[in-house]
Amino acid sequence: MTAPPLLRVRDLRVALPAGGDRTHAVDGIGFDLHAGEILCIVGESGSGKSLTASAIMGLLPRSVRVAGGTVELGGSDLLGLAEDEMRSRRGRLLGMIFQEPMTALNPLMRVGEQIDEVLAVHTDLPEAERRRRVVELMAQVNLPDPEQLRLAFPFRLSGGQRQRVMIAMALALGPSLLIADEPTTALDVTTQKQILALVKQIQSDRGMGVLFITHDFGVVAEIADRVAVMQHGRIVEIGPVEQVLNRPEHPYTRALIAAVPRLEPRPARPASGVPALVARALTKTYRTAGGLFVRRRVVEAVKSVDLEIRQGETLGVVGESGSGKSTLGRLLVRLLAADGGTVTFQGTDLLAAAPGRLRALRRDVQMVFQDPYASLNPRRRVGAIVADGLIAQGRPRAEALARARDLLALVGLDPAGVDRYPHEFSGGQRQRIGIARALAVEPKLLIADEPVSALDVSVQAQVLELLNDVRRRFDLAMLFITHDLRVAAQVADRIAVMRRGEIVETGPTAAIFRDPQHPYTRELLDAVPGRGWSAPT
Amino acid sequence: MAALAEFWRRYRRNKGAVVGLAVLCLILAVAAFGPLVYPDSPWDMAGAPFQPPFSAAHPLGTDTLGRDVATGIVHGARVSLLIGFVATLVAVGLGVVVGAVAGYFGGRIDDVAMRLTEFFQTIPSFVFAVVLVAIFTPGIGSIVTAIAVVSWPAVARLVRGEFLTLRTREFVQASVVLGRSARHIIFVEILPNAVSPIIVSGSLMVATAILVESSLSFLGLGDPNMMSWGYMIGASRSVVRLAWWCSFFPGLAILLTVLALNLVGEGLSDALNPRLSREGR
Repeated sequence: MTAPPLLRVRDLRVALPAGGDRTHAVDGIGFDLHAGEILCIVGESGSGKSLTASAIMGLLPRSVRVAGGTVELGGSDLLGLAEDEMRSRRGRLLGMIFQEPMTALNPLMRVGEQIDEVLAVHTDLPEAERRRRVVELMAQVNLPDPEQLRLAFPFRLSGGQRQRVMIAMALALGPSLLIADEPTTALDVTTQKQILALVKQIQSDRGMGVLFITHDFGVVAEIADRVAVMQHGRIVEIGPVEQVLNRPEHPYTRALIAAVPRLEPRPARPASGVPALVARALTKTYRTAGGLFVRRRVVEAVKSVDLEIRQGETLGVVGESGSGKSTLGRLLVRLLAADGGTVTFQGTDLLAAAPGRLRALRRDVQMVFQDPYASLNPRRRVGAIVADGLIAQGRPRAEALARARDLLALVGLDPAGVDRYPHEFSGGQRQRIGIARALAVEPKLLIADEPVSALDVSVQAQVLELLNDVRRRFDLAMLFITHDLRVAAQVADRIAVMRRGEIVETGPTAAIFRDPQHPYTRELLDAVPGRGWSAPT
Repeated sequence: MAALAEFWRRYRRNKGAVVGLAVLCLILAVAAFGPLVYPDSPWDMAGAPFQPPFSAAHPLGTDTLGRDVATGIVHGARVSLLIGFVATLVAVGLGVVVGAVAGYFGGRIDDVAMRLTEFFQTIPSFVFAVVLVAIFTPGIGSIVTAIAVVSWPAVARLVRGEFLTLRTREFVQASVVLGRSARHIIFVEILPNAVSPIIVSGSLMVATAILVESSLSFLGLGDPNMMSWGYMIGASRSVVRLAWWCSFFPGLAILLTVLALNLVGEGLSDALNPRLSREGR
């Protein structure tokens, strides 16, 4: 390429406030982005990828600042600009889309007005002309029936539609550079697929340059022309997508790519065949209280679900948000009261068990939660947290605490950690503590609700490994709830696909992946980002 | 220990709060050791009536009956602080229990508890306190009871709100799944996480309690056996133009105490919720 690059970043450094664990969030990075090219910046949390995007846009939080370097857009430096000069370039020359489509739109303004606002501020087009442009933009991002939808408020739109509105706003003035900061992370896979296709299509139609920030190598494989891998504020590797993904050179890139769960079902294991838990016709309906002027809303979260988990087996429950998969997990441990159905566990109906019997049964069914930050009480020491279940069973405190040390060692943590507080541990370590807490009471069934979704990919691999290991060692039955088919392929023996409260398909993992029966299952499999790419071994 | 040092570092950042803390310590010292310096009963005639202040014998003057104003203020500090702290403790205790039970169990129990607090909140609190003290005959016990009765609903609502959000946290659910009792979950898992807002509102409630006590004494509803700042102002209100010092110095004492408590409350709020305060400044 001989043409001058659209965006030219040299030695960009972003300083963090004093007292942090590092001085620079972004530490001297440089790259070029040409028109008509999609550059993905990929990295784990804390790698500085989002701050890079913010620095280019001039939207850094107040406590951090650019410490040096240059950012040139079309030959002119952006970093030296005053705020009002920068403002006039935002929108006109560079557009941005954000991660959270739910909060990026003003809930009190019609979506058409919000797109129109961009045009009204930056251009002096007459109103009728602006209106025509708004409809045209909405049509371009494939929003249905733009004439009508223009007048809708954001709450009427789905997450994917809102993200389309955001993209329409970013495109309103025809910028030459689009910066997208994790624009699909908050979306379901099927929606993500559509948005990725849309970004790609618009980019090639307009010949824009796109800087795409993501943590997901699947997304990179789907959309990127070139990739930059960031670690600790530095770019460790940059190159064409084909080369970085399939022939990574830097050890860090290699480790990251090796940690991406492969989309191949793991070999099936023979199950003992003894059912550990049987649920029949399990039903949960949420009803909002109706009032004089408010209509009652009824949501059938779980509709007459039947499932069986055999001893020693992992059942993966897969579905998109709102499919009722988390509700199902909580019904099985009676964190929520079911409206109907039975859950038979060790010959007793869990749902009908009296409080005394229930407390005895509880020890056999344990749960691992999604959010490693919310699932440990910040005010209690780790030892007390892990020993909690044993103490609840009436074991002496000293014995329970001694056992807690063993358990920490079992999940791969330093036993001395019992005297520390949760905030002294990283996300992955906290998830290990959560697993130790669940294992303390020696359960027979473990319900894991998205246990790795909040973790970085390299940590994710380790936690999955640990879960596999304890399942084997304790001959646990496990219900593994996830939205990520890659993860499900790695852990589940059988898979149940949920959609709108119902299980639409269930079967051995290999069979589901090889020959999905239900159209929805096919759609889900089809939407997995980077489906065509398989990590080199 | 390190946590305490960190807390103090954040508290120190609010200069007003440090001044407030110093003033509060001074007032506490006066309440504790003052009566050793002024051992005479504040009700005794110490000299001629209407002695102006800043004399050697009576640094703050004497009142209509020749009682020493300085002695009254020193002894009144004990009464004001005692009533302020005890009434707040009772109110917070009651409010925490009602709010915790309502917020944790929800449903019918929550409905009953909240209708009850609303019942108390709809009656103007000072009028309610006056009525209660009048019914139970004025005395330190009835004053503390009256102040506690009118102030617990605010605490109950605050604690209920905290419990409603904390109850849905995953660490609480984990505890339920482990088979822990409701009592353990309320007091060991949830309450320690809700303690910051309770401390902050408690420190502000002490100030309010002192004001209510002074107002009651001003109206002649104080404990007849205990000298209090409100009583001193009330007793000399008819001679304000003749002997300003009789009501000025007790009034200044009330002002300083309440101001100090408010500053300390604000400082605690900053130190306990570092994220909220940093965004504000």
